[in-house]
Amino acid sequence: MKRKYGMLNSLGEFPRPQIARIERRLFLKQGLSLGALTLLSGCNVTDTESVQKVLTGMSGWNDRVQAWLFDPSRLAPEFPESAITTPFPFNAFYSKNEVPGIDANSYKLEVSGLVREKKSWTLPELYALPQTSQITRHICVEGWSAIGKWSGVRFSEFLQRIGADLTAKYVGFKCADKYYTGIDMPTALHPQTQLTLRFADQILPPEYGFPMKLRMPTKLGFKNPKHIMALFVTNANPGGYWEDQGYNWFSGS
Amino acid sequence: MQPGSHIKVHPLLVRITHWVNAFAILIMVLSGWQIYNASPLFGFTFPYGLTLGGWLAGALQWHFAAMWLLAANGLVYLAYGILSGHFRRKLLPVPPGALLHDVAQALRGKLAHDDLTVYNAAQRAAYLGAIALAVVLVLSGLVIWKPVQFYALGMLMGDYEGARYLHFFAMALLVLFVAVHVLMVMLVPRTFPTMITGRARAAAKGE
Repeated sequence: MKRKYGMLNSLGEFPRPQIARIERRLFLKQGLSLGALTLLSGCNVTDTESVQKVLTGMSGWNDRVQAWLFDPSRLAPEFPESAITTPFPFNAFYSKNEVPGIDANSYKLEVSGLVREKKSWTLPELYALPQTSQITRHICVEGWSAIGKWSGVRFSEFLQRIGADLTAKYVGFKCADKYYTGIDMPTALHPQTQLTLRFADQILPPEYGFPMKLRMPTKLGFKNPKHIMALFVTNANPGGYWEDQGYNWFSGS
Repeated sequence: MQPGSHIKVHPLLVRITHWVNAFAILIMVLSGWQIYNASPLFGFTFPYGLTLGGWLAGALQWHFAAMWLLAANGLVYLAYGILSGHFRRKLLPVPPGALLHDVAQALRGKLAHDDLTVYNAAQRAAYLGAIALAVVLVLSGLVIWKPVQFYALGMLMGDYEGARYLHFFAMALLVLFVAVHVLMVMLVPRTFPTMITGRARAAAKGE
């Protein structure tokens, strides 16, 4: 059974950041609600902070394992048009009517960090670059998946075009909806990583990330930032909106 | 063997890996239920009080931490079981006729446990089944975790979505095993301390 309406039971269940923060505190306080477990593990019931330290440490270890497992030339499966999920689920940490409205005419993508050309990009300039398409599967951290068609600029080509330092560790993103995230350079250079400008052959609709998102079929859905306003190349881990609340940073597929 | 003396039932390594495994499985199941609840495959969710992690991110942290414990411990157990001959001696063979007979006896509450050093056919089948389920859980878990990197493995189980269902059903069967296993221990309580001390008082008809 495919979950077609992931938005009903999605990260959108925590509609606002404040609620997410409350949830996070709940996690810290109630993460060990099962007293038996703490006895078994030899931990004091009030010792949740050191348990959290171990779990966070393991998440960091998992980042390294995933970076090691990541094969830069292994492609995510692509699907025929007939496999596309319709309607494609809307998914965000806010509801559909809170999707940021962005003026296409005044929009500029800011580029900064370890790049040679720090000029901003207008939408017509981006639309004029060579475009590629992919029909790939979006897998949500919650478990559901959906297949969609995305088109845009191959991200590795864009990074080369702006003279990015390809030996840098990360590319970070800042979004119009206050979302932020970052990815490892090997994933940024993956052939299917795409600066997406279109969804289902239409200009990217607001609910799917107008004017642009980064599409990575080798990462979980939440790692794919929407409404990107700025990107930067850096050696300092940019963290992320969900990652800073406990989701695994690498979150590769 | 004299009555009253002790016989060796479980080797130390089996006892250690048994309890580490029990702990790892407990964490995996309880955190897994919380993860399931984020996007249920079926029309039900697990009660929040029976889950671990508080919310999805916490549950994922537990799940992806305990998976290392489960896998490392499982590999030690499997290597020992195969290389030392433990599996061959204790879990094999499982004659189908004896299995049917023992299951029927067990259901009537008549299955004898006189000699703790020898597993009956029903036990052998159950323990082999539990080991197989754990292997299936780890493999389907790998596909869910890394559907692109382990794509070929995923193709054996219906890709990502197939692996989710397989992971769920293997979990359900393993939980069923645990329930029966714990019930049997409660019915034959003298089996419990042997998994801690490794020893049992020799029965009169012990070998």
